[in-house]
Amino acid sequence: MPRIQLNVNKRMYELEISPWVSLLDALRDRLNLTGTKKGCDHGQCGACTILCDGKRILSCMTLAIMKNGAEVVTIEGVSEGQKLHPLQQAFIDHDAFQCGYCTPGQICSAIGMLAEGKAKTREEVKDLMSGNLCRCGANIGIIDAIMEIHGGLSHE
Amino acid sequence: MTQDNNAVGKPLSRLEGKAKVTGEAAYAGDYQVPNLLYGYVVNSTITKGKIVSIDVSDAKSYNGVIAIFTHENRPDYASLDLKHADMDAPPGKVFKPLQNGDIKFHGQPIALVVATDFETARYASTLVKIKYEEQPFETDLEKNLGRAREPKKGLATALKPPPPKPKGDFEKAYEQSPFKVSTEFIHGTEHHNPIELFATTVVYEGDGKLTIYDKTQGTVNNQVYVANVFGLHYKDVRVLAPYVGGAFGSGLRPQYQLFLCAMAALELKRNVRLTLERKQMFSFSHRPQAHQILKFSADKEGMVTGLSHAAIGETSLYEDNIEIVSSWSNRLYPAENTHFEYKLVPLCLHSPIDMRAPGGSTGMHAIECTMDELAFKLNVDPLEFRLRNYAEMDPESEKPFTSKALRECYIKGAEKFGWHQRNPIPGSMSKGNKLIGYGMASGIWDAYQFPARVEASISSQGKLLISNATTDIGTGTLTVMTQIAADEFGLSIQDVSFVYGDSKQPFSMFQGGSAITASTGVAIVVAAKALKKKLIKKVKALANSPFHVFQDDAIVFRGGKMMVKHEPSVSISLEEIIVANKGRAIKTTNMGKPHLLKLRKYSKATHSAAFVEVEIDRELKTINVTRAVTAVAAGKIINPKTARSQILGSMVWSLSKALREETILDSTLGKYMNPNLAEYHIPVHADVHDFDVVFVEEKDELINELGVKGVGEIGLIAMPAAITNAIFHATGKRIYKLPIHFDELLKDRIA
Repeated sequence: MPRIQLNVNKRMYELEISPWVSLLDALRDRLNLTGTKKGCDHGQCGACTILCDGKRILSCMTLAIMKNGAEVVTIEGVSEGQKLHPLQQAFIDHDAFQCGYCTPGQICSAIGMLAEGKAKTREEVKDLMSGNLCRCGANIGIIDAIMEIHGGLSHE
Repeated sequence: MTQDNNAVGKPLSRLEGKAKVTGEAAYAGDYQVPNLLYGYVVNSTITKGKIVSIDVSDAKSYNGVIAIFTHENRPDYASLDLKHADMDAPPGKVFKPLQNGDIKFHGQPIALVVATDFETARYASTLVKIKYEEQPFETDLEKNLGRAREPKKGLATALKPPPPKPKGDFEKAYEQSPFKVSTEFIHGTEHHNPIELFATTVVYEGDGKLTIYDKTQGTVNNQVYVANVFGLHYKDVRVLAPYVGGAFGSGLRPQYQLFLCAMAALELKRNVRLTLERKQMFSFSHRPQAHQILKFSADKEGMVTGLSHAAIGETSLYEDNIEIVSSWSNRLYPAENTHFEYKLVPLCLHSPIDMRAPGGSTGMHAIECTMDELAFKLNVDPLEFRLRNYAEMDPESEKPFTSKALRECYIKGAEKFGWHQRNPIPGSMSKGNKLIGYGMASGIWDAYQFPARVEASISSQGKLLISNATTDIGTGTLTVMTQIAADEFGLSIQDVSFVYGDSKQPFSMFQGGSAITASTGVAIVVAAKALKKKLIKKVKALANSPFHVFQDDAIVFRGGKMMVKHEPSVSISLEEIIVANKGRAIKTTNMGKPHLLKLRKYSKATHSAAFVEVEIDRELKTINVTRAVTAVAAGKIINPKTARSQILGSMVWSLSKALREETILDSTLGKYMNPNLAEYHIPVHADVHDFDVVFVEEKDELINELGVKGVGEIGLIAMPAAITNAIFHATGKRIYKLPIHFDELLKDRIA
């Protein structure tokens, strides 16, 4: 069985893992990091979005062995200890979730999207966040929360 | 600072917010338990027939496979239908997984593979070889309308009564009315599709005891179901669902992953997890297909003279799933001549299950589009037409409403939207290359309340603990219940804990019908009052108690203290009461229930009015909902932040229902063709624009102790019709089938 190393949330893990295991299932079932969610397992909903080497990726569409040596940040690693990431706080303030299931993916995706630096306007943010579905219909709160942080960045 | 009954009405952020943004919130498939086995379900690939043979030998011998369950080797379970019928079971014979080799619908679960890991279970499932004997089937409602029959009656009929009896002489009135409209609407299948996959984690505790983490809207419902089916004592089954990743009705009944997972855990005496895949989420619940024929008439003053609404819905071969589709116009518009019908056609499909605003969103779409058409014929503004036909009393029961602020919804919604800027002529408004359309519609939904029990206690630390078995499926239940309890005791939010999502806690019905705030909320009020009485009695009984000389009603609870209202110096803290009680918590359990006797004199309902602007490309006919306002009258709003989110969510669902989501059924194959989130379209962020909510608060002292009516569904009743009507206003085209695709608007050009 292949052995891989993964740096997840600043912690090194060594894993013996079958080639058919997705990065999503490796995180959830092997590393017990269940904050990353499975909503479709087909790259259609965005619930499994994580940050891999600083970029947002769909962990269900990625085999764990493809990411040997990569640096992964999941929702569990977004805050610094008890101090929430500003986007996490903005999600709470804007009621940017109801059931909360798509939320980890929305937040990781938004952090990746902001780092890409392509979206300048609310409409562009909406476009570039449209790979993350929310069935509760919290769309407006989600975009409001991201725009609060987006605005903060552009004023820096 | 003392808190004085001021949490209710505040836009408090969700108390579980931090858990949800950090990934700490654990859903049914997230629980970490030792030595866990993983299941994977094999589903039928035919629609009707029998399993001739099922060969599991290759799958069974695959390394890592622990067991395979089929109808041939499954353990015994209760044979009586009654034992399988859950609290939400409609009349009929309930579906029993792995009962025998009969196939009743496509996607029926026919085997469970259990293995040491998920990947092995999934792969081994492909090695199971099944031979079927196929039989002919019917799955298309439109092709089987002739088989429509009256629904069977059963327990569920109490909550979903048949349509009201006719009034006057509808045929004659319709014939003689100068203005009349006849319409026919077709609604296809929809699937709930919460983003969380249905999952169950069963912890085998030994001695026939199970702890179950389940995706459900009803912990007690599923607890009793598992106990009944597998012959366990109900106290030995505990169902927990503190976090539920959306459900929208799909979790009202126990689903087959719960059955299979519990069965495997009991048989193997091991911990088992079973998570369904997205395509399997299309195999156990859906909003049924519907066909509706409406005839509305009016006199020359624009008063409605006749209402006729006949609906035909779909159900399975084994149960009669009932919706209230055709009764709603009778509760909104007074008409002297009416005729209502509701029939079912049994088809080779899984039983439908209530999906957000069941029946109401289907029926009211047809009703409010027909009203719009009638207003147009009368040359009366659609809003003016509704106001002219406003029902002060419930036309159906001829009783007054406990409260009804629909008129204020119309007025405030129209004002916020800018309805007066509408030019009544279709196609007359535009912006550049876009046609602009304004549409509106009314909404009505029932105001349900179930009985519920709540335990209230003062802990040894002097904090208030409240518990009830209800779930919080994303509605804000935790936050709202905490607010209600805090105010009852004059405590700050931090000093109140609400324990929920656990069948071990006092009884709650499933979370559905927009009923839980009224149900559990009222029980909290009742239990809190009883607890205060108990505390007063305890304190008065203490030696040298200064409270002794005061009447109970002169004593209040504020800021963590019990005190005399007009002599606040006479006080004792909750902590001190507990110390005096030798450190033991003081508790009480009470039931809250609807005041049926008092409410017999009244009708009860929530109302709404939706206003929508659409932009339609002149050439391509692409449709965009650019603005929408929904005004809601639903009694008291406990938390304007979470309540607004409920309505906004329903407005996104409305957009979805009108323009996006549909399950495509191939009636030749008898199967759903788009069971995935790439082809089952729901709105994405880029589809959702300027949506706004107006709450018109009703002071309702009759409905219940809290004056609340519920907000989970009312936002989805009016807006689909408002969108359809806006499309007519922009284009002059009436579309009678949802969802509306732009090609419908291109048809004339192509022809």
